[in-house]
Amino acid sequence: MTISPPASSKLGARLRGLGSVLLSLAVTLFGLLLVTFIIGRVVPIDPVLAIVGDRATEAQIEATRVALGLDQPMWQQFFIYAGNALQGDLGQSIRTGEPVIEAVARAFPATLELATLATIMGVLAGVPAGVLAATRPGSLADHLVRLVGLMGYSMPVFWLGLIGLLLFYGVLDWVGGPGRLDAAYDMMYDFEVTPVTGMILIDTALAGRWDMFTNAISHIILPAGLLGYVSMAYISRMTRSFMMNELSQEYITTARVKGMPEWRVIWVHAMKNVAVPLITVVALSYAYLLEGSVLTETIFAWPGLGSYITDALLVNDMPAVLGGTVVVGVAFVLLNLFSDLLYKLVDPRAR
Amino acid sequence: MLLDPSLRRAGLAALSALMLSTAPAVLLAETPPDTLVIADAIDDIVSLDPHEAYEFSGLDVVNNVYDGLVELDPAKPGEPIPGLAESWAVAEDGMTFTFKMKPGLTFSSGNPVTAEDAAFSLQRAVKLNKSPAFILNQFGWTAENVDSMVTAEGDTLTLKTDKVYAPTFLYNCLTAGVASIVDKATVMANEANGDMGNEWLKNNSAGTGAFVLKSFKPNDGYLLEARAGHWRGDAAVKSVFMRHVPEAATQRLLLEKGDIDVARELTPVDIEGMAGNADVKVQADVGGQIFYLAFNQKNENYKNAKFLEAMRWAVDYQGMADTFLKGNMVPHQAFLPKGYLGAMEDLPYSLDIEKAKALLAESGIAAPKVVLDVRNAADRMDMAQSIQNTFGQAGITVELNIGEGAEQLKRYRARQHDGTLQSWGPDYPDPHTNASAFAMNADNSDGASTGGLAYRNAYDPGELHAKTEAAVAEGDAAKRKAMYEEIQKTHRETSPFIVMFQIGYQSAMRSNVEGFYTGGAIDSAAYWLVTK
Repeated sequence: MTISPPASSKLGARLRGLGSVLLSLAVTLFGLLLVTFIIGRVVPIDPVLAIVGDRATEAQIEATRVALGLDQPMWQQFFIYAGNALQGDLGQSIRTGEPVIEAVARAFPATLELATLATIMGVLAGVPAGVLAATRPGSLADHLVRLVGLMGYSMPVFWLGLIGLLLFYGVLDWVGGPGRLDAAYDMMYDFEVTPVTGMILIDTALAGRWDMFTNAISHIILPAGLLGYVSMAYISRMTRSFMMNELSQEYITTARVKGMPEWRVIWVHAMKNVAVPLITVVALSYAYLLEGSVLTETIFAWPGLGSYITDALLVNDMPAVLGGTVVVGVAFVLLNLFSDLLYKLVDPRAR
Repeated sequence: MLLDPSLRRAGLAALSALMLSTAPAVLLAETPPDTLVIADAIDDIVSLDPHEAYEFSGLDVVNNVYDGLVELDPAKPGEPIPGLAESWAVAEDGMTFTFKMKPGLTFSSGNPVTAEDAAFSLQRAVKLNKSPAFILNQFGWTAENVDSMVTAEGDTLTLKTDKVYAPTFLYNCLTAGVASIVDKATVMANEANGDMGNEWLKNNSAGTGAFVLKSFKPNDGYLLEARAGHWRGDAAVKSVFMRHVPEAATQRLLLEKGDIDVARELTPVDIEGMAGNADVKVQADVGGQIFYLAFNQKNENYKNAKFLEAMRWAVDYQGMADTFLKGNMVPHQAFLPKGYLGAMEDLPYSLDIEKAKALLAESGIAAPKVVLDVRNAADRMDMAQSIQNTFGQAGITVELNIGEGAEQLKRYRARQHDGTLQSWGPDYPDPHTNASAFAMNADNSDGASTGGLAYRNAYDPGELHAKTEAAVAEGDAAKRKAMYEEIQKTHRETSPFIVMFQIGYQSAMRSNVEGFYTGGAIDSAAYWLVTK
């Protein structure tokens, strides 16, 4: 017999739960800002010299130092940095003088589009593959899934990207080349499509420009497929191990003994429990794609956050690098939070 | 092509099936025939306002969208030719310049080009006071006095300078992007918060150039559209589309597939890899940057003329240029890069270990050791190792101090280095830019920090300082040229600088592309002469 607690304390527990989630979010963000701040100060790059350049006089150097607040004590500099960041001011790019947040806002949709499509592919391919391997351990299918997964794990993505481009674009002509659209479409794009989300697939679809939409698909399919492959490698391996674990549980045996059809045992009963840890896996993989597509974006000339950070890194533009990193970090934290919430929704025990 | 509704269940299989079935049909394998498509790394663009732009990619746009009073001929830069002004003259006093505007020219808005626009443009550049403003400030123009120094009346623009300068110095500086003429009415109509239209001009254009800026997306690309009825004659292509493609391998793939017409950021490896492809060709050109060794004269050894000469003969200039620097560097041994007024292209020094050894013995310096600061970039490390090797053969021990660029620059500026491997790029299209850096040092005392290169190496150029000052005031262009030649000759024989290379650029393009000028060491790329 269970005694239900009074409603007010239930609400209290919920609020406490929300409070602790928000607190951990705040602590994580604080830590993130602290770490990026320290990295920014530890790297042997003088931000003043990077801004004023080779030709400046001592007076100009000193003026810039003061303007950047570098004459303040370190802890004070941190609080200025953190305070600005909380208000959405991630500083100015040294290279272009543009507010970092604006550049990031422009680049992020391209990355989001790529990572989302890749994750969808990774889940759609990875989960069935993992289940297939788990239900027939030791079979040819199992070995195949593991081999394909291992390759996705161990090959450098940029290498796979180049090979993929050479083969599918260079030789076979099956897909579009680097960039988000063919040059001809790219030129028209700004004038014929209203930017709504910044994601080309969605914006062209909204505008009813199916020719551009298909062209955009032909461009995104290879980088997304590639990242999806890497994501699939991870998801299929985790699915396999979760599923194997679940299938050895007593309730599964009970269900089978009762004569429940096998597909129902796997896809309904076991999957319900596999889904819980899998959410975290997918969220992690998604977050990894948001930050880990740096090299892929460079190879595919994809104007996303990854190539923005790479370009900035190559010219020692630390505010841009750190600002981009903070945004990726925030996305990471939010995804984690989201997966936690979803977790609680799916798994009654976690409520 | 419309999406088949039955394919909406977006499974991987469905997606890839869609891909495979539709891809070949939607791919436009070739670039549009009336559009020049270029791939380059353009993430350096700060602004497309001609009075603010001061980086390679930004100035390329400015050069095609705006014109100046005087210009450089893209096909053979070096000598100013008429731009928006049809003639110019300098008064007896040497400080008053007048420019007569060409009649009948219009901006892309349709407004006529007047002397008033020209005066406004130069005043605006000085008042905005962005990075390149110093090029105009050199003539004594400040935000306070520029309205009286730069004036317009009728079809004539009058420029006053604070003292006598070589007319060629002024003309050369007027070919720079910062001296571009903008449409006063249009720019001021788009002014916000007293910025003289600066924010608006970052993404729009208001010039007389062969092209009009249609769109610009930072880190992504820009689109230029040709103007009909341009005063130079219509451009051969209707539009120019620049794509930001930072990866060289990616550029090469795009070029070989025909998805772009010009690739500007290829490595020597890519260039070599394309040999034998009849669809593409490579065009070599030089840029403005020069690479040099410099030695700090706080170390007495580097005041010893014989020792300095020994080192000049201990560098394998040609060997490096022929091997690992292939296409990236061209041997060059004077501080003015090829293309500048008075630049010297002769190469008096070559690797001669025996001569270096003999000179070293004459110098009386026993077992010399050089600590060479080198930036941790691949080509510089390769150069440094070659120098270490050949100096070693001549009996000079080289210890490499490899570090991050900004940190080394700090040491260099503070005169804490012993020797250093460095590069220098000119700031504006006149020889004074490099001459003042390499051969002028008004105050050699510690803490003076003039920022000049002579100062950084504690080098007192002696009479060269005064000669450089005289050269920038010399009215006769031919005499002025001779003066720079003499300064460079003395400089390379006596100074603690060893100039080794001028940077080389290789642009690869489809074989049907003709007339693509990169601007060389002085100017920026010109698109209006390109045919394809």
